[in-house]
Amino acid sequence: MIGSSLQTDDLRDLYRDLVLDHARNPRHFGKLEHTTHSAQGINPLCGDKLRLYLDLDADETIRDAAFEGSGCAISVGSASLLTDTVIGLSSSDAMAFFDAVLAQLAGNEPQGGNRVDLGKLRALAGVRDYPSRVKCATLAWHALRSALQQDMAPATTE
Amino acid sequence: MTQAHQLTEAQSIVAACRADFPALDQEVNGYPIVYLDSAASAQQPSVVIDAIANYERHDHANVHRGVHTLSHRATDAYEGARETLRRFINAASTREVVLTSGTTESINLVAQSFCRPALGPGDQVLITHLEHHANIVPWQLVCEQTGAELLVAPINERGELELDALYSLMGASVRLLAIAHVSNALGTINPVRDIVAEAHARDIPVLIDGAQGVPHMRVDVRDLDCDFYAFSGHKMFGPTGTGVLYGKEALLDAMPPYKGGGDMILEVSFSGTTFNELPYKFEAGTPNISGAVGLGAAATYLETIGMENVESWERELSDYMTQRLSAIEDIRLIGTAAHKAGVQSFLLGDIHPHDLGTILDHQGVAIRTGHHCAMPVMDYFGVPGTARASLALYNNFDDIDRLVAALEKAKEIFA
Repeated sequence: MIGSSLQTDDLRDLYRDLVLDHARNPRHFGKLEHTTHSAQGINPLCGDKLRLYLDLDADETIRDAAFEGSGCAISVGSASLLTDTVIGLSSSDAMAFFDAVLAQLAGNEPQGGNRVDLGKLRALAGVRDYPSRVKCATLAWHALRSALQQDMAPATTE
Repeated sequence: MTQAHQLTEAQSIVAACRADFPALDQEVNGYPIVYLDSAASAQQPSVVIDAIANYERHDHANVHRGVHTLSHRATDAYEGARETLRRFINAASTREVVLTSGTTESINLVAQSFCRPALGPGDQVLITHLEHHANIVPWQLVCEQTGAELLVAPINERGELELDALYSLMGASVRLLAIAHVSNALGTINPVRDIVAEAHARDIPVLIDGAQGVPHMRVDVRDLDCDFYAFSGHKMFGPTGTGVLYGKEALLDAMPPYKGGGDMILEVSFSGTTFNELPYKFEAGTPNISGAVGLGAAATYLETIGMENVESWERELSDYMTQRLSAIEDIRLIGTAAHKAGVQSFLLGDIHPHDLGTILDHQGVAIRTGHHCAMPVMDYFGVPGTARASLALYNNFDDIDRLVAALEKAKEIFA
């Protein structure tokens, strides 16, 4: 049978254990008790929808973050990793992560490295070889940008 | 796991047609391609590709216009395709065969030209819950434009129409019933012949969205007695951007033009314009001539194989697909109608359809994932989308075995 001869190594690169773990057990899933900034992300291609909630203090530091919605392993895993990452960051540092994640997924990371250390967000790097799935990985990040910009229109991946 | 499959002679004829499709002779991601997305768009046989290329190489000019040789040849090719398509669906006359860009344009034409002038507040248009967006949105638009109301007949958990409910919605204010021949998301084959008879008994004209009908079964518009039948070229092994609106001549005759331009007129002056006769009244502008030639070649190809043979082969494959898929642990089949075409929507465990699509593609298996342009169907079943495998005449038992093996592999990855 063909299954036994499958080369799944590069699939494992897309679905890295850390991403799958976050997809199966999303961190910070649900609403926040206190939300100052929020935005919806919609991927019209597949119908995935998620909402990101942020609680910023007076200094624009992200005290807490959460998300809810449904989506594929890549979009949910990426959203979970996002919330884990941005809690405790200033909004400008969070935006630096937005830029770095998008650069990583576009395969054009700046020479000399990013302003930020992507750390476990490097687990998303395998997505860049799957152009049809890059939008899944960026959905939550577009919602982050919209929320921080207090943009009332839903963020889309288009 | 592969079984020995006993085929009738008729089924063997169809099974041999796979070799006619060059796109199926390739590897994808290191595996021979398994194409199970024909409900989205079917592959084309060499005879279609060659007919288009030959026309473009040797016979192209504008149609219905010039006196020169190429214009004659182009007109003959274009009108020859129309005659082939008339024969293919058994229309009474080529005056009833309007060439369009596809099912979507065919339905919009009826919405705007047949319904819009006739509708007003208090009138109703009746559709069903299993329609493709192309058989929903044009009716929503014309209802908004005229103040008419859109009624939706319900389905059950197997994805079948609730016929009693449909018939009880056929009230005195319904001006048109628009209904799919075969559901693209669920595979349900609607009993359209009976439904047309019920509608006509109440003086309601019927449009059938046949996009998923014509590629898989014999369609005889006079036997169905439908008033309009819309279908697309690219689902029946022809090129994209082609399609047909069949309409009964008396109805088409009474309808105003849908688009204005050249070829749809007899005489134009600034005091007024005399419209051309059928079907040209609805074909403004230079048409998709090579596309029509390709569509005609596709219809001829299907006639040569025999639609009864296609139907018999696909029923065999479809039964096998249902049997193999049902045996997978954790699978949820969506669309389990008693009378069904070779289309199967499903969910596997808690794996998102989008992830399934990527993992299957990795193994050379092409399926569709998402809402299939039928969001109301997805809402009914409470899912954002599904994975969908759809068959055409060129598929075989091995394709289905490969699908099942690829799904098992997906379960391993997500275990």
